Amino acid sequence: MPSELETAANPANLKRVVIEPVTRVEGHGKVTLLLDEDNRVHQARFHIVEFRGFEKFVQGRPYTEVPVLVQRLCGICPVSHNLAASKAMDVIVGATPPPPADKLRRLMHMGQMLQSHALHFFHLSSPDLLFGFDADVGKRNIAGLAAGFPDIARQGVALRKFGQEVIRVTSGKRVHGTGVIPGGMSRNLSRDDRDYLLKDIDQVVQWSLGAVKLIEAIFSKQPEFHNGFGSYRSSFMSLVRDDGAMDLYHGGLRAVDEQGQTIFDHVDYRQYSDYIHEEVKSWSYMKFPFIRSQGREAGWYRVGPLARVNNCDFIPTPLADAERRTFKEFGGGSARHATLAFHWARMIEMLHSAEAIQELLQDDDLLSDDLVHVGERQLQGVGVIEAPRGTLIHDYHINEDEQIVRANLIVATTHNNQAMNEAIRRVALQYLDGKELTEGLLNYIEVAIRAFDPCLSCATHAIGKMPLEVELMDAEGKMVQRLLKDSDGQYRT
Amino acid sequence: MNNQARISKVKIATCSLAGCFGCHTSLLDIDERLFDLLGMVEFDRSPFTDIKHCGPCDIGIVEGGVSNAENARVLREFRDNCKVLVAIGPCAITGNVPALRNNIDLWDCFQEVYLYDPGTEGNQIPNDPELPLPFDKVYPIYEVVKVDYFLNGCPPSPDAIWNFLTDLIEGRKPEIDYKLLRYD
Ligand code: SF4
Repeated sequence: MPSELETAANPANLKRVVIEPVTRVEGHGKVTLLLDEDNRVHQARFHIVEFRGFEKFVQGRPYTEVPVLVQRLCGICPVSHNLAASKAMDVIVGATPPPPADKLRRLMHMGQMLQSHALHFFHLSSPDLLFGFDADVGKRNIAGLAAGFPDIARQGVALRKFGQEVIRVTSGKRVHGTGVIPGGMSRNLSRDDRDYLLKDIDQVVQWSLGAVKLIEAIFSKQPEFHNGFGSYRSSFMSLVRDDGAMDLYHGGLRAVDEQGQTIFDHVDYRQYSDYIHEEVKSWSYMKFPFIRSQGREAGWYRVGPLARVNNCDFIPTPLADAERRTFKEFGGGSARHATLAFHWARMIEMLHSAEAIQELLQDDDLLSDDLVHVGERQLQGVGVIEAPRGTLIHDYHINEDEQIVRANLIVATTHNNQAMNEAIRRVALQYLDGKELTEGLLNYIEVAIRAFDPCLSCATHAIGKMPLEVELMDAEGKMVQRLLKDSDGQYRT
Repeated sequence: MNNQARISKVKIATCSLAGCFGCHTSLLDIDERLFDLLGMVEFDRSPFTDIKHCGPCDIGIVEGGVSNAENARVLREFRDNCKVLVAIGPCAITGNVPALRNNIDLWDCFQEVYLYDPGTEGNQIPNDPELPLPFDKVYPIYEVVKVDYFLNGCPPSPDAIWNFLTDLIEGRKPEIDYKLLRYD
């Protein structure tokens, strides 16, 4: 698909409209639109405006410290970063974690999936879906939800709480816990904690099923609108298990093109860089990954719940798999491409996570003391996991002194960079082009971005042709720093 | 809710600068108490609302340090509008993890990330007027504006946040029990 609207032919005389910050998402992003006098849209871009540089500053740190450090990329999905880094460190310590550790990690991961999906659907996105995209700004938030739909709000808070509690009992803390270590786990699940979770899990499964039904009902009310909103066809990528099942913790990479043809399948993820490259564009700190065999222009794809539910052959828990089939039937039996279908797929995954937790809690291995394996030291490790927002890649090299020498991270939201830009351009053409822009209409753009549940903290990884200068003053008005950027792109203080 | 009730509510604004959002996550981790909080306060600018600029508020809560010009602008906007400004979590208080880049040349950081080989194409560093100017260091927020309270913990525990906020909302001087503070 041609990426029209990426760059205006003659930006000079166009007016600029900015949405900043994009809200009800995690982290920092903004959208710029360039319009002519008749409000025709000539350019639409979604920018990631923060830069962190984790890849650089982890260099020299001991590899054992990294899984805890990189959690601080993201406070909503810290478990994903912790686990992806730990899987890489498993390789570095030369060991496969023993089965009890593997199951404890999976339990933690499912708790994470549950809480993150609940947060996104109930706290952040449901006000758009329940009140309307251009509802009053004072209503479009969790307070509005609590007032207008108190039962839904309470279930959302309870579901999220349960997921966070699963994380707490497996890692020691709800945010930035420390249970996972290279080669396994540092703690098992206590009997009391297991009983504590067992008490509520059946209710959690039922509420999760209710959430799938809710989004299905929202779609069914206006199928054409929801299927068409900001939509296009694309390739999808995700991990799948050996037998093609959905597996959010481990598997091989599968990519399928927009016609449903396989691009690659069961790829060993350690070879990821043979299949995926990333392009840097001047106007975003987030890179633009693409599938190499398809080329830079056409090789972009989507990851995350929609990709996973479309890509897998089945979901290995019964309720979620039944919902997956309903989901497919709604689209005539083939993969769903609608931007808003992300929400539906996300709720199917939330249900799957709840069922997986229910199943895991029956397993006595969680109480075992067989928690760590150690083998022969390796100098490189790659760890990949399906984070709530999609495929997350961590790649580390260490030296003989056990320090990190290189790191490469491709976070889930980055894979969706081009796709999010395509979605806002579709919406701009469908709903904004030629119109007087109101606050409500601008929210349509954000609704399209929110469907992806972008994590812009994770994605944060300079300015203009003109020299730029910024002064930072302290509280008393004294200058703390003065920074200059030259036209050659070099910074000077 | 009638207008009278709305006017008398305490107004709170929150923002995330150079942080990971974990402090905001911990705020949500007060769980069902969120509904009690919503009964007492009204959220102004926050990642949880669609209000894009901070208006006059009673309490401003800032997560994360200052890593670029836009962070500094937002922080000033908060200071100008909030009667009480709170630094939440070590990112806001000291710079924390993002400040690990402080002893590295910013240009080296950019090169590592954007010219990573193999796998990165384009051979350029993002460089567009729409991207805010990054500072060569990440600053704790007290170096840029006056801060009234510091709430520590990475993130502070939900109970610490709850006790702190209810003290402030009800007009008491916030006292956090030692057991509720953790620094890991
Ligand atoms: S203080 Fe900790 S939890 Fe809070 S934003 Fe910083 S890294 Fe995240």
